[in-house]
Amino acid sequence: MTVNDIKELLDAKVLCCEEFLSNEVHTACGSDMMSDVLAFVKDQSVLITGLCNPQVIRTAEMMDITCIVFVRGKVPDEMTLQLAKERNMPVLSTARKMFEACGILYTNGLSGGKEN
Amino acid sequence: MNEAIKLEYTISDDDFTRAGEASGDLKDKLKKMGVDPAVIRKVVIAMYEGEINMVIHANGGKITVTITTDEIIMELADKGPGIPDVKLAMQEGFSTAPDNIRSLGFGAGMGLPNMKKYSDEMTVETQQGVGTTVTMKVKL
Repeated sequence: MTVNDIKELLDAKVLCCEEFLSNEVHTACGSDMMSDVLAFVKDQSVLITGLCNPQVIRTAEMMDITCIVFVRGKVPDEMTLQLAKERNMPVLSTARKMFEACGILYTNGLSGGKEN
Repeated sequence: MNEAIKLEYTISDDDFTRAGEASGDLKDKLKKMGVDPAVIRKVVIAMYEGEINMVIHANGGKITVTITTDEIIMELADKGPGIPDVKLAMQEGFSTAPDNIRSLGFGAGMGLPNMKKYSDEMTVETQQGVGTTVTMKVKL
């Protein structure tokens, strides 16, 4: 699945880094707790979250996450988006709730990955 | 790389939005040095958790990173309140972080356990009222 596939499946808006929509995503992680995200390394993951602050971008950066999807129509502030742009991190926003967004991606083939 | 490379970072006291800048900078530098991406990920996750801890609990501090031919050593030193019970603090889920930090996505009691998980060796020296120094080593 590509970042663009996620955009289409979740009817999401691209908030930055549109040039990376063809990047491949293999696994997904849905959480509002960044400490939990940091506990499990996965390859080429999408992070689905309702948390909206710069630490989401930092966490994604440390984890080599491929893209971030903000649920419930959330849009981060300009500072957070600027950080995402600097780190070449595609950021999407969907009106879907966390449970729905995760369910749609799961039924379309994304897994949670293996625990490390 | 014949000689050890030393990098120093000052972590500011209460600016949570900037926490992670040092780890991000280290990641860029290690990438440029051609370090294995799997090693970089371990190093930066461990250091990022440490940085967050220093901001939440210890009014910031200083991080010294030493890169040798066979390992990366991160020393995180603060002058915070110290950790009263290190064994308890190492348990997954144990946290003393305030609610405002939880609302920012941290304080789940995974900081120190994650730091241990991602480093090959970790020591914690702490004294109440004096400060804490966490040393983590990741093999190259």
